[in-house]
Amino acid sequence: MLSKKYPKEVKQILSKYPPEGKRSAMMPLLFLAQREEGYISKAAMQDIAGLLNVTETEVAGVVGFYTLYHEEKEGKYRIQVCADLPCALRGAEGFVKNLCDNLGVKVGETTEDGLLTIEAVMCLAACDKAPMFQTQGPEGIKYHENMTVEKTMELVEELRKSAA
Amino acid sequence: MTHILLRHREIPEINQLSVYQKNGGLAAFKNAVTTMKTTEVIDVVKNSGLRGRGGAGFPTGMKWSFADNKNWPHYVVANADESEPGTFKDREIMEGNPLQFLEGVMIGSYAVGANAAYIYLRGEFWEIAESLDAKIAELEEAGYLGDKLFGTEYSLRLYTHLGAGAYICGEESALLESLEGKRGQPRVRPPFPPSVGLYDKPTIINNVETFTNVPMIMTNGADWYKTMGTTDAPGVKIFSLSGRVRKPGNYELPLGTTFRDLIYTHGGGVQDSRKVRAIMPAGASSSLILVDDDKILDTPMDYLEVRKLKSELGSASVIIVDDSVSMDWLINKTVHFFKHESCGKCTPCREGTYWMARLTERIHDGRAVKADVDLLLNVAKQMQGKCLCALGEFSTMAVVSSLERFREDFDNAVKA
Ligand SMILES: Cc1cc2nc3c(=O)[nH]c(=O)nc-3n(C[C@H](O)[C@H](O)[C@H](O)COP(=O)(O)O)c2cc1C
Ligand code: SF4
Ligand code: FES
Repeated sequence: MLSKKYPKEVKQILSKYPPEGKRSAMMPLLFLAQREEGYISKAAMQDIAGLLNVTETEVAGVVGFYTLYHEEKEGKYRIQVCADLPCALRGAEGFVKNLCDNLGVKVGETTEDGLLTIEAVMCLAACDKAPMFQTQGPEGIKYHENMTVEKTMELVEELRKSAA
Repeated sequence: MTHILLRHREIPEINQLSVYQKNGGLAAFKNAVTTMKTTEVIDVVKNSGLRGRGGAGFPTGMKWSFADNKNWPHYVVANADESEPGTFKDREIMEGNPLQFLEGVMIGSYAVGANAAYIYLRGEFWEIAESLDAKIAELEEAGYLGDKLFGTEYSLRLYTHLGAGAYICGEESALLESLEGKRGQPRVRPPFPPSVGLYDKPTIINNVETFTNVPMIMTNGADWYKTMGTTDAPGVKIFSLSGRVRKPGNYELPLGTTFRDLIYTHGGGVQDSRKVRAIMPAGASSSLILVDDDKILDTPMDYLEVRKLKSELGSASVIIVDDSVSMDWLINKTVHFFKHESCGKCTPCREGTYWMARLTERIHDGRAVKADVDLLLNVAKQMQGKCLCALGEFSTMAVVSSLERFREDFDNAVKA
């Protein structure tokens, strides 16, 4: 239960919105639910539905709509490489391909150790610093800009070490 | 030129409250709340000629005056969704000069009588939201936010709210749906947000850059602001320059600066000294400007002049395309973006982006015949004027303009 596990955070989230706008707490609560496991379980959706007096179907509808919410357990870290037009004009497509080759996975796949999932995503508002990606993981979202495959592999090593 | 928005480039640590105050920060807000009527604040912003920087260029002061005074409470929302491919200016403002942005939101809130304002950030701006939360807490501590400010009856609180990855949530009515905890799908309009907005209450929504102009306008006056830019579009604009230039980045320049100045004086010219073939002045939502005559680069970048080139300035996310790029590749990129981001609420956009994506993919892969190219143009034209929100329209811009202005690329792609 979110309210048992994170009582302080839940209270703080609810305090941001007026009573008639209680449902606004939905998105922050979903991020909270996703924090530990990296995905939102059915139980968490039930929990949030209860907290906000809405149906589970409505919660699931919101989860399904947004790309940063996940319903499946994937790699502990998602490496989300921007391959959108402005970055692609600065070499992002080659970068994704090289990175995938180095990691032995395809876009959308997870490394064997379950640590990393590689995704190609839309513009992340860093088009002047391509190639770039964000990592989505237990500590939230972090930007990595002006990247090379070598620098990325160093980061991967660090993540492997800290996860071990 | 000294910056008036990206001031962190000259003033180190202007993101710190004490440094911001030392440089005149927050005096405009305090002065407004303690000595000015709300209508007087709106008049200054109106007289400055400031237009919205989020894309549509709507006059800001006029928008503020539309807040329905028969229906209370009022809300202010800052649009920090920044998801248009090629746009990365709001992020630099919020990272470098966050207090000036927040002060702009605060002055706007006072002007329209709002006691609560929400900053809606795209979900990826997680770290920015955390740092803004810390700034907001500091402002509360220092007595600039909270109840009965400076001994007046006026109270104000600011809150950040994170989206979760959906370009459509930058569209203001979809943003409100999302902020209310729903799927981010646009509302049918009218009514517009200044009458019926957040929780059905009058709501003023402006872009981050728009708000960031306001403290400087209040401090230095509307006439000062109008000494910069053009008559139709006074002031400065942050141009996010990307694509095939040597020095991509944000450039704060007067509206009306030429493309040539932006690309060559500031952007260092085109990579590998190639030629500019096309310009997308409003990110992926642009009609492509065909640069077949060098003189086109002397066009001043403001709303009216760019329109004469059959494009739009939009949020001024200027993507430079050189002569190494083939347009069938380019529109395959933009169309996939819009297909991915279509919210699915209306049929022309949902189906249209799907069909366009199938066709652009086939053309780019060399599997298409000429009839496919004609069909693509047909699908795009069919969509125009029929979509519920501007996203559907945006998705057709690059397609139609490139098919009309760069047809040879498509003929080559189907021949091959
Ligand atoms: C599909 C779509 C995406 C948009 N994305 C943004 C955005 O990311 N940021 C923004 O400020 N405005 C965006 N807008 C424009 C907003 O709807 C709105 O016009 C703007 O926030 C108003 O602020 P302004 O008057 O200060 O420009 C978008 C519009 C559409 C149709
Ligand atoms: S035009 Fe597209 S994004 Fe806009 S409401 Fe229709 S389906 Fe949704
Ligand atoms: S296109 Fe990659 S960050 Fe904008």
